[in-house]
Amino acid sequence: MPRTVTGIDPTVLREEFPALHQVVNGDPLVYLDNAATTQKPRAVLDALRHFYEHDNANVHRGIHELSRRATDAFEAARIRVASWVNAPNASEVVWTRGTTEGINLVAYAWGLSNLRKGDEIVVSVMEHHSNLIPWQLVCGHTGARLRHVDIDDQGRLRLDQLEDVLSDRTRIVSIGHVSNSIGTINPVREIVDLAKTVGALTVVDGAQGAPHLPVDVQALGCDFYAFSGHKMCGPTGIGALWGKRELLDSMEPYQGGGEMISVVRLEESTWAEVPHKFEAGTPNIAGAVGFAAAVDYLEDVGRDAIRRHEVELTRHAMDRLGELPWIRIFGPPEPEARSGVVAFEVEGAHPHDVATILDSEGIAIRAGHHCTQPLMRRLGVSATSRASFYIYNTEAEIDRMVRALHTVHGIFGTHA
Amino acid sequence: MTHPEPQLASIYQDVILDHYRKPRNKGELPNASVEVHMLNPSCGDEVLLQLKLADDRVEDAKFVGQGCSISMASLSMMTGLLKGASIGEARGLVERMKAMMHGDADAAKDRTLGNLRALAGVSQFPVRIKCALLGFNALEEALAKSSNSDQNVDSRNE
Repeated sequence: MPRTVTGIDPTVLREEFPALHQVVNGDPLVYLDNAATTQKPRAVLDALRHFYEHDNANVHRGIHELSRRATDAFEAARIRVASWVNAPNASEVVWTRGTTEGINLVAYAWGLSNLRKGDEIVVSVMEHHSNLIPWQLVCGHTGARLRHVDIDDQGRLRLDQLEDVLSDRTRIVSIGHVSNSIGTINPVREIVDLAKTVGALTVVDGAQGAPHLPVDVQALGCDFYAFSGHKMCGPTGIGALWGKRELLDSMEPYQGGGEMISVVRLEESTWAEVPHKFEAGTPNIAGAVGFAAAVDYLEDVGRDAIRRHEVELTRHAMDRLGELPWIRIFGPPEPEARSGVVAFEVEGAHPHDVATILDSEGIAIRAGHHCTQPLMRRLGVSATSRASFYIYNTEAEIDRMVRALHTVHGIFGTHA
Repeated sequence: MTHPEPQLASIYQDVILDHYRKPRNKGELPNASVEVHMLNPSCGDEVLLQLKLADDRVEDAKFVGQGCSISMASLSMMTGLLKGASIGEARGLVERMKAMMHGDADAAKDRTLGNLRALAGVSQFPVRIKCALLGFNALEEALAKSSNSDQNVDSRNE
């Protein structure tokens, strides 16, 4: 039965998602790999098609009608996406390819000209590689040093350790809003407040935050917030970076090319205003339009309803998995402390074997290190199995996963 | 568009599960002549393959590593077949195993592959072929490494 208390009836909602209605390896698809990417509703697919069928032209360049329409749609999309994270001004939102590019943009455009030898950047042990490698690279260029904060045994960030690590050498604290691997929701506001005591900037990797939690960058108080379209029903290849205006203004361009210039001479040039300064080349125009359609769609579903539905699904999954002594769940024990991510281990079975067996029953989960190798080392495993939920998932789908895990146990259990 | 359903039973056979649970030739090999560390970065599997070579033969083969049932069983069976094999036979093993993983029905019947033939069904699971070949890619690199170092020795002697 659909749970009306959550405000979402996934059985109705999933009708809007064509990709969910297919048979995989003989069974109806159960898609539980939403932390990797989400499926797309018709509204988003229609927006992409409509743009290419009617308005397709390059932006900010042409005098003609189609160029005007494309530019209007592109800039209206910026306003829409900015509103999703309550950015004070849409001009503070830079289009990117995704969260990864957003973090790289800050690391290079701010880091290269502001970091010096001896400066420190602080991340956590649970960061996605996209919030780790850019900082390692920039440290290599500047001589700055990367430090990290550990988690406790329940997968929560050690705020006490953050306090110890912070010093007047700390220039940037860059933290994931939500762990893609174990679902931990980090206390961003507290982290930002701590970082401010030493005058450090804060960068938030919002790849797993923006799709699942109501996000208000003004309330969080951070300096940058990066997120992706495809993890929230939008197209791949489009993302947004929000940053405080005075910081964006002070930064050098990230890439050079068309679109980002004011006056170009052979020897030197001046830059366009923010955000265009950071948008060299023809952008992903249709992607931006599709991203805005995804925001419209999710606004209709309701931010609080999305969150409540995910907590219910997470609670159901943790309850059902918790009944099985041969399953170990990673991360915080309270469903409210997570986004809709449940990572687990099946005794005696490698995650790849778990995923293959589930796939043979049409159930898609992720198995591997989830681009968080340092976290895997910290948890003492080489890989985990991960089920991650979104608005269209049902408790019945989780029950099907649990039944399939019994097949895994039948093959790999120690009794065999 | 329908694809034939891959058969789970074809990959999780008893012989494979047995090698996964009780891997043979697992451990460090002292005095190895050549060793290769092989990583599958997309999934985190990793292995160290060590060979002891003498008189153009594999005298001993061992591995250390962690990974799924397919990669570990494959390494366990591969190292068993390598012991006593000539370098030429070892090269042939790599070739036939790769052929089998690409669906070559004749290779899947080749007796020289021994128990490894139980892995033939993995060819129906394209994303798992790299698991079955992890050890063989390491072996291929180890054989290339040893022949390079032989040539180096030769050229020094000249």
